[in-house]
Amino acid sequence: MPEIFSEGFFPNINLQDETNWATDFVQEVIIPRLPEVVAGHFSVELGTILVMLVCAGIFVAVVPLLPLVLVLAERKVAARFQNRTGPMRVGPWGTLQTLADGIKLIFKEDYIPPQGDKLLFLLAPYIIFACSFAVFAAIPFGQGILVSDFNIGIFYIMAISSVIVMGVIMAGWSSNSKWSLLGSLRSAAQIVSYEIPLGLSILTVVMLVESLGMKQIVASQDGGIFTWLIFRSPFTFIAFFIFFISSIAEVNRTPFDLPEAESEIVAGFHTEYSGMRFALFFIAEYANMFAVSAIGVTLFLGGWQGVLPGYDFLGGFPGFVIKTLGLVFLMMWLRWTLPRLRVDQLMNLCWKYFIPISFFNILGTGVWGLIFEKDDVWSIGISCVIIYVGLISAYAVAGRSLARKPEPQPSSV
Amino acid sequence: MLFNFANVLIFLVVGCLFVVLNLTISRLLHTKIFSGEKYIPYECGEDPIGDTRIKFNTRFYVIALIFLIFDVEVVFLLPWAVVFRELGLFAFLEMLVFIAILLVGLAYVWAKGDLEWIRSTQLEVQSFQREESYDN
Repeated sequence: MPEIFSEGFFPNINLQDETNWATDFVQEVIIPRLPEVVAGHFSVELGTILVMLVCAGIFVAVVPLLPLVLVLAERKVAARFQNRTGPMRVGPWGTLQTLADGIKLIFKEDYIPPQGDKLLFLLAPYIIFACSFAVFAAIPFGQGILVSDFNIGIFYIMAISSVIVMGVIMAGWSSNSKWSLLGSLRSAAQIVSYEIPLGLSILTVVMLVESLGMKQIVASQDGGIFTWLIFRSPFTFIAFFIFFISSIAEVNRTPFDLPEAESEIVAGFHTEYSGMRFALFFIAEYANMFAVSAIGVTLFLGGWQGVLPGYDFLGGFPGFVIKTLGLVFLMMWLRWTLPRLRVDQLMNLCWKYFIPISFFNILGTGVWGLIFEKDDVWSIGISCVIIYVGLISAYAVAGRSLARKPEPQPSSV
Repeated sequence: MLFNFANVLIFLVVGCLFVVLNLTISRLLHTKIFSGEKYIPYECGEDPIGDTRIKFNTRFYVIALIFLIFDVEVVFLLPWAVVFRELGLFAFLEMLVFIAILLVGLAYVWAKGDLEWIRSTQLEVQSFQREESYDN
């Protein structure tokens, strides 16, 4: 290792491992139980790599199942909102509909545009899928259910999820279609713009927790609902909403689905993709949606910690999944409630509202963190009072300005 | 040993292998029918007009440039944010100076009108007309 890292150039950021559960697991559990014949040829390194492969294998089996559930959920939710029943034919209550769609897509032709850039066209699904899959390595699903316990966890997630935009641009450019090109450009502009408020709102959390590790961030929220980071200061409360809205824009969903606006540019950057390649984009999109919700829950809503302190049923895993699916449902709800933004409204919202508010947030969190040395009962109490008063006054102000003026009475003839 | 980063590498490799597996299964099963019409770029069923690499708005470049600066800024802010309570007031004020310089940049871009997606060509037309009147 270069000296600056091991000496601690950044005091709390050290690239060396603090924990390495796979090697421990191999040494303590697997090696003592191996039969004599195999044990001679078995080294700890080989065992570690095998354990890591098994881990990644479990995830690669589960992550494509997410869209299977979420697509159906989305269609059912949409149906409810529009007073329909949704898919009902395939399986009981249409539960096998997505599976049937997937099987259909496997049999579809794999079209590669002959005039396009073939290499980039073939490479794009790999980048998008692999990167949105690698995000799952650093999400703590429960107590001890975390594959890579980085000490730079959230920074790693920001880094790897911003690589996805490369795949989007490659797909759009190489497809040799105007719709794809326009979609990918819009998508790139939108994703990079909203990455800034996203990063800045993550920063407020990092400032209060004083760590980038996902495990430490969750561990600092272990005192019940009021120690969740969303309530820890009024600024993280604002940051949560900025984070959530920006992450909807990051995953290109309505009301920010300009890159895939079907009424303008057909399907955006994946217009020319067909069959299984299209399905991979789709899987990546829904996996992404789940991932950003999970990150939001981890950063602001207590991760796998329960509403009451000390509640960790099955390591908190069910609670974590419920909270994450709650945020996913909120995204679906917004999709079927709000109309699509115009491109200038989209950019205005990001650059003229979110970025200045985020900077104000950082300033506020800085002052807050210097006033209160540690987050204790006092700081959390004051923060909850401020949030409460703020919400009430915001409601009053918004209600007054939005209140409809009385309609003019028709004058009596 | 950088266990955690090795893990990420394995995740990326396994993710790519999943894509390969799916595409191979699909390749074995799917049909391929040749037809000339299919290989024309898709433009909602019309014959394509002009080149595919169309001219697009230069504002995308401007947004990318501004993004680059702010993203680098976030990267610089992260190590500070981790230790800001230990370093105390002085480091906070120093960081405020750093942020303020960037905010001046944002204010400049804003005032120049590069954040406006829909720009009026009115001003440009006026200045053009003024130049013309000087010439006369």
